[in-house]
Amino acid sequence: MENFFDLVPLVVLFPLIGLLINLFAGKQLGERGVSIVAVGASAMALLVSIVLWLAQVDTGFGAVVVDAPLLGTWIDIPSAGVEIGWQFRVDTLSVTMMLVVTGVGTLIHLYAVGYMHGDEGFPRFFVYMNLFLVFMLVLVSGNNFLMMFVGWEGVGLCSYLLIGFWFDKPGDEGWKNSDAARKAFIVNRIGDFGLILGVLLTFWTFGTLDYYVPDEEPIPYHHAEHEAEPLFTPDITGVDGAESHAVSGPMGVFNQAETWLTEGDHRVEFGTVSIKFEHMLTVITLLFLLGATGKSAQIPLFIWLPDAMAGPTPVSALIHAATMVTAGVYMMVRANVFYHASETTSFVVTMIGATTALVAGFIALGQWDIKRVLAYSTVSQLGFMVTAVGVGAYTAAMFHLVTHACFKALLFLGSGSVIHGLEHGHHHVAHGEHDHDDGFDPQDMRFMGGLRHKMPLTYWTYLVGTLALAGIIPFAGFWSKDEILVDSLKLGLDDGRLDGYLGFGMLLAAAAFTAFYMWRQVSMVFYGEPRHAAAEHAGESAPVMVWPLMGLAFLSAVIGLINVPSGFPVLGWLYGEHQFANWLEESVTYAHGGEFNWLLATIAVALALAAIYVARTIYNDRAITDLERDPLERLSPRLAQAFALSNAKLYWDEVYFAFVVHPYRRAAYTLAERVDWYWWHDFVHERVIYGTFNRVTRLLTDVLDLKIIDRAFLRSAEAVRVAASRIRRIQTGYVRTYALSVLFGALLVTIIILYPVLRDLLGI
Amino acid sequence: MFEVPSLSDLNIAATLPVMSLVLGTCILLLADLFVPQERKQLTAWLAVAGLGVSLALSLLSLGDVTRFGDGDEAFAGMFVADTFTDAVNVIALVTALLGVMVAYNYLERTGTQRGEYYVLLLFTTAGVMFMGAAGDLVVVFVALELLSIPLYILSGFRRPQEASEESAMKYFLLGAFASGFLVYGIALIYGATGTTGLHDIWIAVDDIVAGDATSQYLLLIGAGLMLVGLGFKVAAVPFHMWTPDVYQGAPTSVVAYMSVAAKVGGFAALLRVLAAGMPHFVLDAGAPAAWQDTVWLVAVLTMLLGNLVAIVQNDLKRLLAYSSIAHAGYVLLAVAAAGSAGLADESAQAVVIYMMAYAFTNVGAFSVVIAVEKDDASNTGVTSMRGLARSQPWLAAAMALFMLSLTGIPLTAGFVGKWFVFKAAISADLFFAVVVGAVTSLISAYYYLRIVWYMYFEEGDGEAVIPWPLAAAISIAAVGTLFLGVMPYLLTDMAREITLAFGG
Repeated sequence: MENFFDLVPLVVLFPLIGLLINLFAGKQLGERGVSIVAVGASAMALLVSIVLWLAQVDTGFGAVVVDAPLLGTWIDIPSAGVEIGWQFRVDTLSVTMMLVVTGVGTLIHLYAVGYMHGDEGFPRFFVYMNLFLVFMLVLVSGNNFLMMFVGWEGVGLCSYLLIGFWFDKPGDEGWKNSDAARKAFIVNRIGDFGLILGVLLTFWTFGTLDYYVPDEEPIPYHHAEHEAEPLFTPDITGVDGAESHAVSGPMGVFNQAETWLTEGDHRVEFGTVSIKFEHMLTVITLLFLLGATGKSAQIPLFIWLPDAMAGPTPVSALIHAATMVTAGVYMMVRANVFYHASETTSFVVTMIGATTALVAGFIALGQWDIKRVLAYSTVSQLGFMVTAVGVGAYTAAMFHLVTHACFKALLFLGSGSVIHGLEHGHHHVAHGEHDHDDGFDPQDMRFMGGLRHKMPLTYWTYLVGTLALAGIIPFAGFWSKDEILVDSLKLGLDDGRLDGYLGFGMLLAAAAFTAFYMWRQVSMVFYGEPRHAAAEHAGESAPVMVWPLMGLAFLSAVIGLINVPSGFPVLGWLYGEHQFANWLEESVTYAHGGEFNWLLATIAVALALAAIYVARTIYNDRAITDLERDPLERLSPRLAQAFALSNAKLYWDEVYFAFVVHPYRRAAYTLAERVDWYWWHDFVHERVIYGTFNRVTRLLTDVLDLKIIDRAFLRSAEAVRVAASRIRRIQTGYVRTYALSVLFGALLVTIIILYPVLRDLLGI
Repeated sequence: MFEVPSLSDLNIAATLPVMSLVLGTCILLLADLFVPQERKQLTAWLAVAGLGVSLALSLLSLGDVTRFGDGDEAFAGMFVADTFTDAVNVIALVTALLGVMVAYNYLERTGTQRGEYYVLLLFTTAGVMFMGAAGDLVVVFVALELLSIPLYILSGFRRPQEASEESAMKYFLLGAFASGFLVYGIALIYGATGTTGLHDIWIAVDDIVAGDATSQYLLLIGAGLMLVGLGFKVAAVPFHMWTPDVYQGAPTSVVAYMSVAAKVGGFAALLRVLAAGMPHFVLDAGAPAAWQDTVWLVAVLTMLLGNLVAIVQNDLKRLLAYSSIAHAGYVLLAVAAAGSAGLADESAQAVVIYMMAYAFTNVGAFSVVIAVEKDDASNTGVTSMRGLARSQPWLAAAMALFMLSLTGIPLTAGFVGKWFVFKAAISADLFFAVVVGAVTSLISAYYYLRIVWYMYFEEGDGEAVIPWPLAAAISIAAVGTLFLGVMPYLLTDMAREITLAFGG
């Protein structure tokens, strides 16, 4: 099945074709046609991904580099030795990402057909969505950092376009949407700046940006480390140390890094300055981390993601929960060789991830907007993944990425279904009584309640998502979250690393928060009695929306079984132990399978169940009586304070505004008004340059040009005219005159042509 | 001495592009008899088909996809089928295609829709192609007549309109007069060299240069008289006087075609005779060919007079007539350059590039005149362009483009043509002539831009009739003008292959 790898360009091509069709013929196709094209394009990409996966399985997980057809080399500067190709990389990591992107993507596309029904921008929406798939797939399937960067920027663009999709809504809402889009774009810019610097430094250091050159095997990490870190023993058979895998010829960045690390003592030259290679890696990885904090919404750049919920809900599900925001995690896992080599960066990564998980989890406790809760939850879960990268649990990070993609997409789509139902209910009510405006917001959970009976399918699937996210066995979230917890604790226990302990502690707390805010949400949305007429009249969503929910619910329930940890009874025997880790190890050098720890699993599940119990107690069926006060606030003044803090998002935006945005604006104002306008424009341009220039040109035009040059020209032009009209008079119209002129001309020609000979003859 | 060559020696296949056209034209002549009067447009379509086949064959040959026959010569050297021939063929056929397109509706609305028009036009085209392929002075003469006689008839095609008939008469009388000089020139050259084959002349010239003075005189006068005869065809000063009268009187569709076709033929033959036949005709060792001075003097005269007199013209057709005289001067500059040692090929390339650019631009300009011309041949004054930019923005834009190209503004085909002509002339050290060329180009901007001024800055009706074939012709001409200007390598890459010189 080797040839099947050559299909990989199709995975990008199909969505590209879909978007082009919808771009140029969207209006003519109508909603039905647009949906078929867009969903079809996504489904075809999924099919290709599945074929690639099967081909991978069939060929023993070999990694293949495929040149993009027709495009040739992208950047080729022979004199500088720069050569960057349009190359796709098919390995287990990229195929995993492709499956997630196209799989979840297809379900969400399908859902969006129902969700966006009747929207004016229906074709535009699907053009953007397919464009997003194109860039996301370029991001995950490229074989060099620059292609990844192209995808990275492209998905950023799509994110911007889709967050601000409803920029034309009347009144403040349109502004709010476009502001959110701008915020996302600008904040991401900071991260992208870090990433591109990292890419440039990588190029400077290695002279290439290819992950691996074609036909190059990743060097498995060597023996000495096996013994030092027994926990991390990978399941690679037949490894006799790096020597046997010594690579000759050109190398990609990762093998080059591995070689230099093994040899030691490599230095990177910057003109007269030289830096130890290990330090260089730290700088590069920190810059990459900055990129990841932007794209994957980590502290300090996470603030854009909650606002990004202004986009349509399928967008939130696809881009801001399942795929794009995990690009940072993918990037760091892809660069695991770098991250593994730098302990400093790993510490920073762990701390950022764990802090983000905790802080976002805390903020999620106090939100009333159904999508905001999920948004902060996403930030928190991304924190889990980043922490996993920090503690070296690359398998766990990717595993959580996959499971999270399923259940978070499910939750978002479920929330979309709820919002949809509520909007319909509100429409129904408003239809009955005119002038009905009570500040109703279809996303505010305080207006919901009792939807369990109104929307049973949504409820059940939402419940599955909640349990998965809360980490209840045997749902997907349990397995991946547990693996992260185990791995971080083991890093502390076995290596005595502080970040392992800290990460573990914070994540455990964050996990408890997770269970609490999720059950709070379920309680407020689905249990109790309807608290608003709209909720009273809400109804189940269309089948095209419900089917994807069921598909995702199924995945959320069982997908954890792809990576059962070693030592788990029965299931390990049934499904095989850490299958996913084995699969990933083929392309991620430092991936390793997780172990099962009874004690830890019990503690985690117990903690989650306890949190759910507490949430259920506080937010019981009759708890919410007052729209302004949360039941939590009524318990004790302490809790009220905590809630206020959480509800205000820890004043994070306000702090940024005071310390970053406001000074920036002041500086911009000063530069624009004082420096640019008063000084540069009014003085330098107007007075000095313009004034002087005017005086000089006046001199030139009035004196030199008009009086001297023009007069000369006019005279000569007049002369030309006079000459012309004289010659014209020869043109009499008589043939005899013309014939005479020909004769005369012939004589002239003869004389001229004979002139040299005649001259010699006559001796002139 | 005379052997009867066998059929295979004749290498008839090499003449395929032109032969197919001649054959097609003969068939067209017959077929036209069966086309009813009200459906003469069918004849036009058949003519297009004939031209298309020939063009396809020429392009195949030019692009070196296939070469017809074996070797460059046919009919014992009387017919030359080299890259230059192919290039001339392509220019002639493209011009003819555009000529048929602009005539399609023009004839109908002026009530002169007769099938002979297309037949005559195709015969003329064959004449142009034969001139480009001439390997013998006799062929030059015969081809010249094949080119000329249909044109005389076409000029008077608007019978019984007096102006048209008068122009035909003038053209015919003066043309016959000029042909006399040409034949006399051929006779003298035969007297000097004892042959009419250009290749044999090329060999004989070396002996003459080294030999007696009498043959040199004969050859000199012969070359001079051929210059007179062909100079008449290309409207060089002082053999130009027929041009404004004929252009003004003849049907505009005929003028659009013949202003280019006659020049292509004339210059092709001139290059064959002078640049290929007698490049070694050097009187003092190391000097350029003896005919060079004469040619560039004629070129200077032509550029000066054409451009100067064009300034005071108020009729578009007369203005363009003088403009076409002026352009003949520029091309003659390149012909003159061919007289310097080793420059024959470069000059031929410059001529081809210039003529290709000129073909698109000039046919385009006359097509716009056709569009504004009334059915009774009136409204061809410069003032008829008033307000055209408002009523017919696309037509005005195209006309502006053609005017800029005729002026030689960069990014238009005209600039590319002038560039290569001047470059060849500078290589030949003809600095004075180049300076005159540059200055007269500047002067020409006055009358070309005057038309643009009328279109864009003066109020007027700007009425125009643009049926689709005419619109297509103008579009093709405009696209060609623009493309060759923006992407000159399209043309120069093709032209680089062109060789003219014998031997090496």
